[in-house]
Amino acid sequence: MSQFRIQNLNLYYGSFQALKGVNLDIPERRATAFIGPSGCGKSTLLKTLNRMTDLVEDCRVEGKVLFDGKNILSRLTDVNTLRRRVGMVFQKPNPFPMSIYENIAFGPRTHGVRKKEELDELVERSLTEAALWGEVKDRLRKSALGLSGGQQQRLCIARALAVQPEVLLMDEPTSALDPISTARIEELVLGLKREYTVVMVTHHMQQAKRVSDRTVFFLLGEVVEAGDTERLFSSPQDARTGDYINGRFG
Amino acid sequence: MRRGQTFERLMQTVFFLCACVAVASVILICIFLFSGGAPALKEIGVLRFLTGRRWEPGRETFGVLTMIAGSFAVTLGAVLLGVPVGILTAVYLSFFCPPKLRRVLRPAVDLLAGIPSVVYGFFGLTVLVPAVRRLFGGSGYSVLAVSAVLAIMILPTVVSVSESSLSAVGDGYYEGARALGAGHERSVFRVMLPAARSGISAAVTLGLGRAIGESMAVVMVAGNQAIFPKSLLVGTRTLTSNIVLEMGYAADLHADALIATGVVLFVIVMLNNLIFALLRRRRMKK
Ligand SMILES: Nc1ncnc2c1ncn2[C@@H]1O[C@H](COP(=O)(O)OP(=O)(O)O)[C@@H](O)[C@H]1O
Ligand SMILES: [Mg+2]
Repeated sequence: MSQFRIQNLNLYYGSFQALKGVNLDIPERRATAFIGPSGCGKSTLLKTLNRMTDLVEDCRVEGKVLFDGKNILSRLTDVNTLRRRVGMVFQKPNPFPMSIYENIAFGPRTHGVRKKEELDELVERSLTEAALWGEVKDRLRKSALGLSGGQQQRLCIARALAVQPEVLLMDEPTSALDPISTARIEELVLGLKREYTVVMVTHHMQQAKRVSDRTVFFLLGEVVEAGDTERLFSSPQDARTGDYINGRFG
Repeated sequence: MRRGQTFERLMQTVFFLCACVAVASVILICIFLFSGGAPALKEIGVLRFLTGRRWEPGRETFGVLTMIAGSFAVTLGAVLLGVPVGILTAVYLSFFCPPKLRRVLRPAVDLLAGIPSVVYGFFGLTVLVPAVRRLFGGSGYSVLAVSAVLAIMILPTVVSVSESSLSAVGDGYYEGARALGAGHERSVFRVMLPAARSGISAAVTLGLGRAIGESMAVVMVAGNQAIFPKSLLVGTRTLTSNIVLEMGYAADLHADALIATGVVLFVIVMLNNLIFALLRRRRMKK
C-alpha cells in the first residue's frame, strides 16, 4: 500500500523551480530514504508532505500529493490535522526551551488531550518508543536544553510520536550528531518503521543503505531514480545514480 | 607595521580612559549621594526617616514612608497598565504585523522613546487629568493619572526590548510547534513568548526603572500631596517629585533630608536590578 502518491508535482520558490514534475509513491510502514547532492530539493519534497512549505512566503505548488486518497495540496485540507498525522523531525534538534515533560505534552495538548493521567501515559509511552525513557525518567521536570545533542534529537522524535502520527518525516536527523548518537537514532528508525511510515532525508549513503527499504535519488529538483534500496545501490539503472553513489560527484 | 601598532596602543589607551571616566562618574555619584545623605540620616535616624509618615519641613519632621508608598503605587500601576500592552504590541510587531507596516511602526516606537518626559507630562496634564476628573470625579490629579502617564512613557522601552528578544528566538522553535499541528497563535503564545521570557523580563526591569525614576511628568499630574495612596483617585507624591519640588528652596537639614530621599531612591532601584538579576540567574541554572 502506498502512504503517499505524488503526481506531477512542481514547486516554485518565487520564480525558481525547486521541484520538477515529481512522480513518486511512498510505501506504508517502510523507511524511504531521499538522497542526492545538497540543493536538489530533498527537504523541499519532504516539507511538501506535511505542508510545511506553507510557511515559506511566495512558495507555489502544482500537482497532487495523495495521502489516504485525498489531495493534501487542496485548499480544503486542515493543515494542523495533517501535521498531527504526518510528524516531522528537523536537521537541528529543536526541543522547546521548557521541561522534558512539557516538550512531549505540548503536541497532545494542542490536539485536545487535557487529562493528566492520559498525558502522563503519552509522555512515558513516547519517550519509551524513542528509547529515551530510561535516561530521563527521573528528570522529566528539568529543562530539555540540558540534554545532549543526541538525546535532544530523540526527544524531538518522542515529541513527534506523542501525537500518534502515521508518518514520520526526518530531515537529515543525524547530521548534527556524533557517531554514537547517530547509531542510536538509526537503530531507533529500524524499529519505528514497523509501526510508522518513515521518510528520511540523508546525506549519508551508508545510512540510507542501513535503514531504508526504498531509496529515491534526486538531482536538480528531479527524481532520477527510485527503487528498493538494495537494488538501487547494487545495480543503479541511471548512469547519474551510479556516479553519485560511487562518489563521482556531489 | 610599527605605526599601526603604535596607533592601536594609542586607541587602546583612549578607550581605557573613556571606560575610566564612566566608572569614575558612577563612583563619584555614589560617594556624593551617600556622604550627602548620611548627616540627615544620622540626625533623623534611619528607621524614623524610612517609617515616618509625616513630611513637615517647617517642624523639622522628615519621614518618607508616604513617598515610598507613592513611588511603589504609581510604579506598580504603570507596570500593570504598560507591561501587558507593551508585550502584546511586541508580539503583534513580531508575528502578526504585515512586514510593510512593521517597517513603519518599529521606528515609530523607537521615536516615542526619544520624546522628552515633560511632553508626556503635558499630555497627562491636558488629556489624562481632565479625563480622570470627568470619569471618576475629584481633581483628576491622582495615582491613576500618574500610572497612566508612566505606562505610556515605559511603553516604547517595553515594546522595543521585548520585540528584539522575540525576534532573537530561533525560527526552529516556531517550525517545531507548527510541525506538531499547532496553529500560528498557539505557536506564538505557548512557544515563542515563553522562549523570550528572559529578554522580556529585562524589558520589564528597564521599564520599572524608568517609571520609578521619572520626576517631571509625575510632578505635573500627581497633585503632589504627601499623603498615603489609599485609593487610585487621591493625589500622591513620589520620592523623585519630593526632591524636585523642594530642592530649589531647601536649606540645612531640609536639604540634607532631600539628598537622603535620593539615597532611598537609589537603593530601591539597585534592589530592583539585583532582584531581577538573581531571578534571571536562577532561571538560567534551571
Ligand atoms: N525558502 C526558500 N526560498 C527560496 N529558495 C529556497 C528555499 N528553500 C530552498 N530553496 C532552494 O530550493 C532548492 C532546494 O532546496 P532544498 O530542498 O533545501 O535542498 P536539499 O534539502 O536537497 O539540500 C535549493 O536550490 C535552495 O536554494
Ligand atoms: Mg536539506
